[in-house]
Amino acid sequence: MSSREKILSAIKTNQPDYQELNVQFKFESVYENLYEKFAEMLSFVGGKAMEVNSYEEIKADVRLHYHDVTNIATTIDELSELADFSLNIADPHDLETLNLAIIEGDFAVAENAAIWVSEKQLPHRALPMITQYLAIVIHKSAIITNMHRAYERVKVNETGFGTFISGPSKTADIEQSLVIGAHGARGLMVYVMN
Amino acid sequence: MNNIKQDHASASTEFNKDEAHVDWHDETLWFVRSKRDKAVFQIPEWEQLREAGSQIKNHVLSNMHDYLVEFEKKATENGIKIHWAADGQEHNEIVYSIIKNEGVNRMVKSKSMLTEECHLNEFLKEKGVEVIDSDLGERIVQMRQEPPSHIVLPAIHLKRAEVGETFHQHLGTEKGATDPQYLTEAARQHLRDTFLSRKVALTGVNFAIAETGGFVVCTNEGNADMGVHLADVHIASMGFEKIIPKVEHLGVFLRLLARSATGQPITTFSSHFHKPRAGQKMHIIIVDNGRTKQLGRPDFRNSLKCIRCAACFNTCPVYRRSGGHSYHTAIAGPIGSILAPNLDMARNADLPFASTLCGSCSNVCPVKIDIHEQLYKWRQVLVQEGHVSSVKSLGIKSMSTILSSPSFYRTAGKLGRFLMKNSPFMTNNNLNVWYQHRDMPDVPKESFREWFIREKGGK
Ligand code: SF4
Repeated sequence: MSSREKILSAIKTNQPDYQELNVQFKFESVYENLYEKFAEMLSFVGGKAMEVNSYEEIKADVRLHYHDVTNIATTIDELSELADFSLNIADPHDLETLNLAIIEGDFAVAENAAIWVSEKQLPHRALPMITQYLAIVIHKSAIITNMHRAYERVKVNETGFGTFISGPSKTADIEQSLVIGAHGARGLMVYVMN
Repeated sequence: MNNIKQDHASASTEFNKDEAHVDWHDETLWFVRSKRDKAVFQIPEWEQLREAGSQIKNHVLSNMHDYLVEFEKKATENGIKIHWAADGQEHNEIVYSIIKNEGVNRMVKSKSMLTEECHLNEFLKEKGVEVIDSDLGERIVQMRQEPPSHIVLPAIHLKRAEVGETFHQHLGTEKGATDPQYLTEAARQHLRDTFLSRKVALTGVNFAIAETGGFVVCTNEGNADMGVHLADVHIASMGFEKIIPKVEHLGVFLRLLARSATGQPITTFSSHFHKPRAGQKMHIIIVDNGRTKQLGRPDFRNSLKCIRCAACFNTCPVYRRSGGHSYHTAIAGPIGSILAPNLDMARNADLPFASTLCGSCSNVCPVKIDIHEQLYKWRQVLVQEGHVSSVKSLGIKSMSTILSSPSFYRTAGKLGRFLMKNSPFMTNNNLNVWYQHRDMPDVPKESFREWFIREKGGK
């Protein structure tokens, strides 16, 4: 008998009697202002939100905050003039020297500042982690309340990979003291388009 | 780790020799527990969420066979290769054969308690394969040739000066440097080179979805993602109990997990894998290693609901004052003390006694595992099966060391008084060795300390 058969038959013998699943498992979260809750949670997890009305405002802010930065890439056509780094590469290892990536987020969750990005937005899975700094553009109308709504909205297997990103990468593994920028991006800026 | 050097009692006596360090360990974990409370209080439906998590997992246990078959079918359709491993040895051999097949002898690995349980690193080392753990805490303990002392915070037993010294030796940081920012930066550079040069990457699995044949991996550092997105081969190792029925159930578990673990609203990255990227190979190894046996024990099968948040560690007065290494098993703490005897009763007979049965673990568990009741039941089984030769030394020795500290009473005393009043059956019975060897006092309504503070009206 293969291990597969052995394991499955032992499970069949040992599992308890069938138990129906009829428990409430989706809940409402009520927030007065979804954007404000999102921004508050984002700042709690180490990121920063900024409301903008146009791509011009995003460009101006990027130029202001990353004025001496080179190796910038973006997946957003309207921001292409900011980019000096092409994502049209075959090997994700070539992203190694990327300093700033500006990408689009599909939608955001107010309760935990998580933003869903998938291969629909990402030409390379490694992009939001390998870049030194990350900026995500979302639409204000795409902020929803909680994770239950999130999974109603997203089809997680529409592409091969998708991830919720909540803030910049971080660790507290040395004496519980928080350090931003473990292996992924060292900073996360979220532009929220009105 | 195949032979226990010391049982929990002697190891905690050892740990308690440095009192300042123990106090610090205790307070640090209590701080994590308080962060959990703060996060939980912001969710009015928290108790319903726990109930949902618990019921979903109960349902999964009762339909495990069909869900695994469904998962295998869907994952295979997605282009993922599924392997089945009856035990740790078989798991390790599968990993090794995949690595060998790629013609490489190095691998990067993100956190997976399962691979600790299977002793994968040691196995691969003997085969001449170098494994680098990429979670910062795991990397620290790996350099020190120690096992993790906590499932979420692997290096929680170390002070920054000790980490600084380790990094000085292994990464060439300045001698005496202790700044976490500086030390983390050194590890970032070192591990970035690793990510960029490894062709095989292994991750754990937090949740595997039967409905879609995909899986979710949660990290704060982004190390799992960095490893696999830059590797030609992604191996994901999972105990079979990681399965959940549908995508929509992730809403419950992702809301519960990080809040219970560290008080964060969610981990920084919650990555959903369904297909390998173009040109990449993806493997999932589904492991038994004693789990089918545990599934067949009605009193203990609930332990398979665990989502490895470690809330029960952080709240446990005994864990906080004895440290993870005193449990001499891959998974320490209250849940580890239930899982370990299933694997080896003789070797782990001391662990269910490493508890005051105060019940705090069961109260914080996001999937409502009756942890302290199972610990109590294990004691009965172990005594009946003759594995507790010297009950007194097992039960009393560790308790007396741990319980003799004043700060223990400040944090655990309230719970203890509550429990002794409300659940006397748990403390007053023939099998509770602690009770047998001393008279349980009547329970005062408040402690002297509380009375004193109330009477004096302040600190
Ligand atoms: S037993 Fe419960 S509290 Fe402990 S790690 Fe598992 S899920 Fe978390």
